[in-house]
Amino acid sequence: MASSAMVTANQLIIMEELKLFRTWSSPFALRVVWALDLKGIQYDTIFEDISNKSSLLLQYNPIYKKVPVLVHNGKPLLESLVILEYIDETWKQTPLLPEDPSERATARFWAKFGDDKVLPSIWNVFIKQGKDQEEAIVTAQENLGFVERQLTGKKFFNGETIGLVDLAFGWLANLLSVLEEVCGATLIDHEKFPLLLEWIQNFAYAPIIKESWPPRDKLITKYQAHHEVYTSKEAPK
Amino acid sequence: MAKNDVKLLGIWASPFVMRARISLNIKSVNYEFLEETVGSKSELLLQSNPVHKKVPVLIHGDKPICESLVIVQYIDEVWTSGPSILSADHYDRAIQRFWAAYLDDKWFPAMRRIRGAQGEERQELVDQVVEGLALLEEAFGKYSKGKAFFGGDQIGFIDIAFGSLLGWLRVTEKVGEVKLLDEAKTPGLVKWADCFCADAAVKSVMPETEKLIEFSKFLMAKMKGAPSPKN
Repeated sequence: MASSAMVTANQLIIMEELKLFRTWSSPFALRVVWALDLKGIQYDTIFEDISNKSSLLLQYNPIYKKVPVLVHNGKPLLESLVILEYIDETWKQTPLLPEDPSERATARFWAKFGDDKVLPSIWNVFIKQGKDQEEAIVTAQENLGFVERQLTGKKFFNGETIGLVDLAFGWLANLLSVLEEVCGATLIDHEKFPLLLEWIQNFAYAPIIKESWPPRDKLITKYQAHHEVYTSKEAPK
Repeated sequence: MAKNDVKLLGIWASPFVMRARISLNIKSVNYEFLEETVGSKSELLLQSNPVHKKVPVLIHGDKPICESLVIVQYIDEVWTSGPSILSADHYDRAIQRFWAAYLDDKWFPAMRRIRGAQGEERQELVDQVVEGLALLEEAFGKYSKGKAFFGGDQIGFIDIAFGSLLGWLRVTEKVGEVKLLDEAKTPGLVKWADCFCADAAVKSVMPETEKLIEFSKFLMAKMKGAPSPKN
């Protein structure tokens, strides 16, 4: 009978084992949470304590010893952007990447730019002070300028719907303001980055995305502690 | 495909440019190679890669594609009649992408710093690189399944990502007087390196180590002649 065959197929899907190793705050792990949730995929979550990593995590990710790790039917997947592409290829609903190869190349380019340039340059602003911080702000804003221009005429980086690049830049929607508040520098304002600020609103409050934000007050406390460590190393200016 | 529909901006010495060339060769794509002059950037380069202003840039029709591994994947996705560069299996593709990212994010940056480093820092970098090669040896054993390449019978994504770095590895070994790829420690990789360099898609685009050494001396001299950074 058709319906019992369908029930069996659903049971088989649920029996697939999917485990996500994450921390409460990791922006990289959050990308994977979003991708799985947007596609409506069931999975188990294992929260790691970074100061006391589980032996399983170290077994699955011996090279980097980091989250996220996604384990699918016993096979580990590492590196958040690699994991996102795997998820997109394996579960076809709610696609994160476009079909067209040149559009896919563009998406991969911007996701990489985010991790290779934008994130480190913003982190630099966070950990530096005085003149060094001023110079770091210039670089970070240059990088953000490229990102801003990518949003011209679009609601999301992916167009009308959220895609890989949106998930890759997702940390801008919550973590950036935390870093700005803690270190006292403002990186994005309405004058220079109107599109980015609009994107932040659209992304932060999007269905599914808005369910998973880590608590802001906890993030402030965490990054205040980081900031103290970095700025106490600096000589007073 | 008409030759002038596919252009590649690059320089002969760049391992990243090499990745694009190998991939185009694997797919038997005719392309025009536009060699950039070292020390100056052409208008075309600045226009087609305004973000990084770097080679390689693949220009297909009028679309520029930047970043070597992005270009390799693009080539694989567009020219589907040629041999595949990435595996058809999703998990294997994830493994391939992982190792390519490892090479670019961790291994190669450590290796290129060896020549400029001294003392304890230098030894740490050498240790990191040698450790990385041990990991790659293990990966090679696993994924090659007794065949010549990481990709099996033919060159695949990891082969391209790693093999393109062999030229500069050899420069570091010769100029830095350090053994990195060791038959005793990584016999699989040593054999693989020979197979890779002999492959038809690679041979014509792999620069000679001596030429790379000359080039690197030229670059170091240029850097020394540059004005000192402001404080």
